[in-house]
Amino acid sequence: MKLFFYFLFLLLILLSSTVRAFELSGNISLQARHFFDEPLDQNQHRHYNSFAIEPEFYHAWDGDQQSLNFTAFYRYDQHDDERTHADIRELSWLKVFNDWELTVGLSKVFWGVTESQHLVDIINQTDQVENTDGEDKLGQPMIRFSTEQDWGLVDFFILPGFRERTFSGIEGRPRFEVPAGLVFDADAASYESADEENHVDYAIRWMGFFDEIELGLSYFTGTGREPESFLINGITLAPHYVLIEQIGIDIQAIIRDWTWKLESINRKSTTQTYNALTGGFEYTLYGILDSQTDLGIVIEYLYDDRDELATSPFQNDLTTAFRLALNDSQSSEVLIGIISDLDDSTVAGFIEASRRLGDKFKLTLEAKLFKNTIISRPLYNFRQDNHLQADIAWYF
Amino acid sequence: MIIKINTYFLLLICQLVAFNVAAISNEEKGLEIAIEADRRDNGFGDSTADMTMELRNKQGDSSVRHIRIKTLEVVGDGDKSMSIFDQPADVKGTAFLTFSHAIKADEQWMYLPSIKRVKRINSKNKSGPFMGSEFAFEDIASQEIEKYTYKYLRDENLNGIDCFVIERIPAYKHSGYTRQVSWINKAEYRPEKIMFYDRKNTLLKTLTYSGYQKYLDKYWRADELLMKNHQNEKSTILQWSNYKFKNGLKDKDFSRNSLKRAK
Repeated sequence: MKLFFYFLFLLLILLSSTVRAFELSGNISLQARHFFDEPLDQNQHRHYNSFAIEPEFYHAWDGDQQSLNFTAFYRYDQHDDERTHADIRELSWLKVFNDWELTVGLSKVFWGVTESQHLVDIINQTDQVENTDGEDKLGQPMIRFSTEQDWGLVDFFILPGFRERTFSGIEGRPRFEVPAGLVFDADAASYESADEENHVDYAIRWMGFFDEIELGLSYFTGTGREPESFLINGITLAPHYVLIEQIGIDIQAIIRDWTWKLESINRKSTTQTYNALTGGFEYTLYGILDSQTDLGIVIEYLYDDRDELATSPFQNDLTTAFRLALNDSQSSEVLIGIISDLDDSTVAGFIEASRRLGDKFKLTLEAKLFKNTIISRPLYNFRQDNHLQADIAWYF
Repeated sequence: MIIKINTYFLLLICQLVAFNVAAISNEEKGLEIAIEADRRDNGFGDSTADMTMELRNKQGDSSVRHIRIKTLEVVGDGDKSMSIFDQPADVKGTAFLTFSHAIKADEQWMYLPSIKRVKRINSKNKSGPFMGSEFAFEDIASQEIEKYTYKYLRDENLNGIDCFVIERIPAYKHSGYTRQVSWINKAEYRPEKIMFYDRKNTLLKTLTYSGYQKYLDKYWRADELLMKNHQNEKSTILQWSNYKFKNGLKDKDFSRNSLKRAK
C-alpha cells in the first residue's frame, strides 16, 4: 500500500510537469443535524453542526485520451472526532487505448441497479460517518483495465490495499451501542489475512447489453469491506475483517413502462456462507395531474438468508418509496419511503428532498426515522436516533 | 411500423418509376419532403458543439445551463449522441448517452458523477421536460423519418421565406403530442418553425429556428432555437456555438465507458 502511494506521488509529480492548467471545481457545504430524542449515551448530543469541502481538480490532454483526476474531501464535525475526517476520494490517471482503458490510482466505482441497498457494489469501502445509507465511499487504490466489446463490457481490478470502514466516535450519532465497560476503536481493526490491510484483492465484472435487458456478473476475492464481526481485546472492541469470495449478479430489464431490478450475492468466508438479494421494480407516472411533475414508485424486496444472524438490518424487508421530480428549473426532488420488516414490526422511514437555489447553491433536507425496533436486531441501536438533517452547499 | 415504412418506400419507388404520375396524395408529398430534408443532412459523419440553454419563466427570471454535445451519424439507424453538463455547477459532469433508433425505442443512459452511477432511463419518458426546460426529451432526440407519419398541408410564405407546411404525427409510443405542424424552407429543406399540439390537440409550444449557418458547404445548423410554451408562458432559448464537423469520432466515443469519463 505504501509503495502504491509512493508510485502515485511519483506519477503525479511526473505528470504535473506536463500539465499546464487544471480545471478546478467542487463544493463547500454546511450541515446541521438535529435529533428529536435524548441520546442513549450521555456522551452524545442533540444537535450537531459540521462543514465539508470537496475540491476537484481535473486535467485532460492527448485529445482527452489521458486525464488526471484529484478529488479531496474534508469534514469538520462540532462534536464527533471520528466524523471530522479527510479522504482522497480520487487521485487517478486514466488512459484510453484503442480497445481498452486503464485507470491507476485511488478511484471510485459503482456496480448495481437497485435503489434501497447496494449488494453487489463491493470495490469501495463505505464512508459510514458521512451517512448510514452506504452511498458515501472512500477512495480505493486500484489498477483497472476495462474493455467494451460487442459481447459486453469487462472490468478487471487489482486492488492493492484495503481501506477500513469509518465509524462514529464516542460523541457521534447515530452509532451502534457499545456494551458497558468496553471502548470501541475502529483503528484497532484485526484481519484474517496476515498481510492485514496490504492484502491485494482482485475483482472482475462483465456486463452484457441485450436491448432492454442489462446483465452484470461479478466476482471478488479479498478482504470483505464489511467487518464480519467485532472482537473484544481487553476492553477494546474493534472490527474484524475477513477474507471473502463474492459472486454477484445484477439484472435490469425494461419491460414496457416498468423497470425491473434484481441484485443478488453469494458471499463465502471461512466461517460463513450466505446469500442475499434485493429485487423489485420502479414505475414512473410522467406528468401527473397535468403538471410537469413525475411520480416514481419504487418497490423492492430485501432478503438475507442468515435471517436473524444477518449483520444487515434487511433480512426480510420491503421497501416502498415514492420519488417526486418536479422537473422545474431548480431541479426540485423529493424521495420518501419506508423499509418495513416483514418478520416483526420494525419500520425505518426516510425522506430526502433537494432543490437548487440560484445557480450555485443547493439545499438538501434529509430525515431518518426508526419505529418499533426489536432488541435483537441491528436497527435497535438507532431507536433514539430519529433525526433531521439540512445541508446547504455552494458549488464552484 | 415495418409495413408502413415498406409501403412508403414502395410508394416512392412507384413514383420514381412512373415518372408522370398525375397527382400524388398529400401524405406522399409530406413524406417526400421529409425524405429530401433527411437526405440533405446525410453524410455529416459526426459533430461537436456547445450549447447554452436559457430557461425563462413568466416573470422574466432566467437560469442558464451549459451543455456540450457530441453526435455520431449512424448509417441505417438513428444517431448516437452524448450531452455533458458543465452548468449549473451542482450537476457538472452529469451526462446523457442516447442511441436513437428509427423503429425500436431509443436507448438512453444517464451518468451521475457524484456516485459514479450509470442509470438506464426508461424510454417511456419521452414527453418529460429535458432538465427543467420547455424542450421535451422527444424534441431533442434525433429526428428519424420513421418516427412520424406526414401530410403536406400547403405552401406558405413565412417572414419572406417560401415554405412547405407539413403536419407530422408521432408514430412512436408515449409522445406528448397529437401532431406537429412544421414549416420547411423550400429552397434548403430545413425547418424554420414547428408548432406542437398537446394530447388534447391544443396548441402547446412553438419552436422557432434562427441564425442558420452552413457548415462544410452543405449542412445547415441554426444558431438559435426558441421554444415558447403558450400554456405556461415559459420559454427556453438554445444557443449553439463552436460547431465542428468530421472530428473522427467513433462508436467507442459513444460507449458506456466513455459516458463515465465524459467530464
